[in-house]
Amino acid sequence: MSETKTPEAEKDEPNIRIVEDATCTFCGCVCDDMELTVDLDANRITKAKNACVLGRAWFLQHGIEDHPQAMIEGREVPLEEAMDEAARILHEAKFPITYGLSDSPCEAQRVAVAINDLVRGNIDTTTSVCHGPSGIAFQGVGESTSTLGEVKNRADLVIYWGGNPAESHPRHFTRYTVTPKGRYIPNGKKDRYVVLIDVRKTPSAPVADQLIRVKPGRDFELLWALRALVRGRDIDPDIEEITGVSREVLDELVERMKNCNFGVLFFGMGLTMTRGRHFNSGALLALATDLNKHTHFVAKPVRGHGNVTGADNVVSWQTGYPFGVNFHRGYPRFNPGEYTTVDLLARGDADAALMIATDPASNFPKHAIEHLKKIPVISLDAKPTYTSRQARVAFMVATYGINTGGTVYRMDDVPITLRPAFDSPFPTDEEVLTGIHTRLKKLRANGRKKAA
Amino acid sequence: MAENGTELRIKGGKVYDPANGIDGEVRDVLVRDGRIVDKVSGKARTFDAHGMVVMPGGVDIHCHIAGPKVNLSRKLQPEDHRLDVHPATDVTRSGVGGVTPSTFATGYRYATLGYTAAFDAAVPPLAARHVIEEFHDTPVIDKGFYVLLGNNMFLYDLLKQGRKQDFKDAIAWWVTAARAAGVKLVNAGSDEFWKGRRNENVTDVNEEIDPFDLTPLQATAAFIEAVDELNLPHPTHIHCNNLGHSGNVQTTLDTMKSAEGHRAHIAHIQFHSYAGEPGKRVQTGSEAIIDYINNNENITTDIGMVMFGKATAMTADAPLTWMLRFKDTKWVNADTECESGCGVMPFEYQDTNYTHTMQWAIGLELFLLSQDPWRVMFSTDHPNGASFRTYPRLIRLLMDRGFRSEMMGRVNQKAIKNCLLPQLDREYTLSEIAIITRAAPARALGLVNKGHLGVGADADITIYTDDENRERMFNAPRYVIKAGKPIIEDHEFVDDHIGRFLHTEPEHDPAIEDQIRPFFEDYYSIQFNNYRVDASYLHDHEVIPLRNSGNKKKGNK
Amino acid sequence: MILIPGRSSKQGTSLNAGKLKEEYQTVTSTIEMNESTMRKLGLSAGDRVRLSCATGKVEVECGKPRKDEDLPDGMIFIPYGPSSSELMESDTAGSGMPMSKQMVVDVECLGAN
Repeated sequence: MSETKTPEAEKDEPNIRIVEDATCTFCGCVCDDMELTVDLDANRITKAKNACVLGRAWFLQHGIEDHPQAMIEGREVPLEEAMDEAARILHEAKFPITYGLSDSPCEAQRVAVAINDLVRGNIDTTTSVCHGPSGIAFQGVGESTSTLGEVKNRADLVIYWGGNPAESHPRHFTRYTVTPKGRYIPNGKKDRYVVLIDVRKTPSAPVADQLIRVKPGRDFELLWALRALVRGRDIDPDIEEITGVSREVLDELVERMKNCNFGVLFFGMGLTMTRGRHFNSGALLALATDLNKHTHFVAKPVRGHGNVTGADNVVSWQTGYPFGVNFHRGYPRFNPGEYTTVDLLARGDADAALMIATDPASNFPKHAIEHLKKIPVISLDAKPTYTSRQARVAFMVATYGINTGGTVYRMDDVPITLRPAFDSPFPTDEEVLTGIHTRLKKLRANGRKKAA
Repeated sequence: MAENGTELRIKGGKVYDPANGIDGEVRDVLVRDGRIVDKVSGKARTFDAHGMVVMPGGVDIHCHIAGPKVNLSRKLQPEDHRLDVHPATDVTRSGVGGVTPSTFATGYRYATLGYTAAFDAAVPPLAARHVIEEFHDTPVIDKGFYVLLGNNMFLYDLLKQGRKQDFKDAIAWWVTAARAAGVKLVNAGSDEFWKGRRNENVTDVNEEIDPFDLTPLQATAAFIEAVDELNLPHPTHIHCNNLGHSGNVQTTLDTMKSAEGHRAHIAHIQFHSYAGEPGKRVQTGSEAIIDYINNNENITTDIGMVMFGKATAMTADAPLTWMLRFKDTKWVNADTECESGCGVMPFEYQDTNYTHTMQWAIGLELFLLSQDPWRVMFSTDHPNGASFRTYPRLIRLLMDRGFRSEMMGRVNQKAIKNCLLPQLDREYTLSEIAIITRAAPARALGLVNKGHLGVGADADITIYTDDENRERMFNAPRYVIKAGKPIIEDHEFVDDHIGRFLHTEPEHDPAIEDQIRPFFEDYYSIQFNNYRVDASYLHDHEVIPLRNSGNKKKGNK
Repeated sequence: MILIPGRSSKQGTSLNAGKLKEEYQTVTSTIEMNESTMRKLGLSAGDRVRLSCATGKVEVECGKPRKDEDLPDGMIFIPYGPSSSELMESDTAGSGMPMSKQMVVDVECLGAN
């Protein structure tokens, strides 16, 4: 790509704007090499150079919808009135919860945590139904990891486990991990060996030199067998019967892992959402750590949403815990299964919900959705969703990375600053949350005065 | 910043302001608009400080309080937070404590020790934005960081090619782009061994690093010279090679000698003052190290003391944490492309353990043998040697011979027999403590308005109740004033404050970007144009002046 | 039978157009099985199918058959969405994560569309 033009330079035609080095926030790859052609009259992006199929849809399908900024029970209201109502709901609730955050920039996430600190609420992110189990595993065993550029520069063995990047993160292979040439990988893909481990042959399979099919729900057994072999222990002779993978394939893989120069294990929700959950992630992280006795080896969860990694970081630096945090006692407490949103809703605990850039009404378990229908919901989203449709207060917000700036963290914790393409008539989620926060502070102060 | 017109009169306290030659003199300290002034109006609010000790706010020259490695440590240790919660008040945010507290708890807890500034010692440029974001959520204290350049591939390529001027310009560019307050080297040259040679480490500082055709010592010397010539306010901040290994005294001496008279700051030198044979028991090497420092004015250092209890190994020196790993304990390694490594691991110093006791004793020995408090400063390399919350206890150990010998009686006796500590009778004075915890770090960092209470200084002031038990005294200041604003009164928080971000901007030829850009496109995974930290992140900030830029208004020694 | 919800490119791109639009709703209510499984169940592409378990039941459409080597026998793939939610058990076994990749469901053929 051209490097001499200054970013955001304008071309001759007054209505077209080129934004260079813009960032796509659709998935956790957070590719920051987009060249966007923006038709400023039509408020549309007409071309997204370097974008993958998902990125193109993300940019090209984004228009400014004719939709109210704010609604209360389906009725259009001024933004201020909706913020008043949202603050009132959160102030009066006994057990307000906040969920989502993974498609908001860090600046908004920070305000969301502040709101919960103030109202003694419960904050959780989409991590809890994504790589939450990996976060739990991390607390138990740690992690040997690296930024994606180090994989590009050094990795000669790349293993994907329970993930299908060709469909979920289309540029993971081509921009970061398989095809790029790196400092010590001068020939790109030719210098790497790629293994895919999955229960089915996914569209990612053609990239791999080897596909290993594990029986559904047997990932933990396979990982544990690999750990044993790496440590020179013997394993169950029925391993093929149990996992679907023969001893010969296992032995060969173990030798390959021990003898590479720089190995990496990427893993997806095929591990975290299935039988074993955090035990699976823990076994994989421990396997990567064990391999460091032989060579340099790293592991990395392939994260989904554009800024889910930012949400992990923000919630961790403000509270000490990555997700599922409860402020009811005036300080943060962490307990997955108790303060995670699926559980809170399914148990019927929450009496108000602030849903930020997320749509639990379309992807949560049925019983959780049923409770959500019974309580006042405040939703912030850039598009109408199942959740916004049933919300008491629904804010339509500008889209991050397209209409607003801010910071997002790539799946490998690298922070990137967004370059917005064109303005939106909708407020940012940071503005809406700040408005709610300011109102809550006033309500609290008034409450204290009354009490005194 | 306090609103215009806010005036304070701190009346009748015993003032310790060594930069201005004031040693316990009873006098008033006057504040207006966030600064120390020589007069205030009759409307000034008065704090009665009779019988109290008044000092400038503390300045921590070496700690790890923000950014990816700290956040990994927070995520890694929920067990460490649960036992030490930090509730919200009407004016402050909540958080959690432990060895690596959440951002809010970090800021408030520094304030409750009387500290008003702290510098994170190890930030990969790629993570600079993350660090600054956390700083916005780290209240009360002012803060800055040193940027890790000691394993930067591009800079090593320049050294290999002998391009000295480009090397200097590139260092300056990186400091400016990352918004750093200084340059940090960590185990120079070790990244290639760790990432590229199956987890090996540098052992001999005179062994060439493949593929750069130079030795770790040559690289270190080149950085020291370039940073000094760039007139950065703080000299190269160096974590020497061979940290923690018996017999590393020679490496540390070689490193200091390689400065050849240029300014250099050796970080947490306690961890680099070990005599004995490699792989064998640690012996004290404190005399050889401190003698060199006492006799060479170009060197400054912070001690990196050890205190018994829970700590966390947290360092860009990834091979070190791997070496320390014991019984498959949980461990984090995090490689940053082209720039750095990182290791994080929970750790506990035990007073029954020979090595740990030796480390504790060597830290104290170095202080007690130091002849120049202006160059030998206080730190625990938080949270590596101990949490910053142990500072009051360590200060008492320096000030109170009786307390020291009582404690020596309770720790590993083999180590006590093998060290010099029992022979050292010195006790630090309050003025010397004010130097090693305030005045000297401020001076070493080029912070002309901090570390003293002269007219024009930042009104960052701590007021302690005078107490013979110095641990109790330094544990809980009665008042803390930040930028002229009372934050703690009668031990309680009365206000919140964001604090300022401090960084520096060395001069350089902007054409160096044309050299860096192609390397970036080949070997980094983000775009060059998205790398530099833009001004929107700075908010309330201050550029620390370069050494030659005229502003020489230092405190009088 | 084992139901495995996951992401697909189409689910991802239709998400951008809007979740309340028809395309997303079609994509997330279409299942995939391999040839043998479909033959065994007497299903062909376009048939309506009812999936049910203790949590709930949902009607979906049967997509084109996948090759036997691509998808194991007895396994059903579906893109995430409202249909998979209807069948998802909310117990997380203390992890916060519902079992959302390996759900045991009954399959009932409702005939051609």
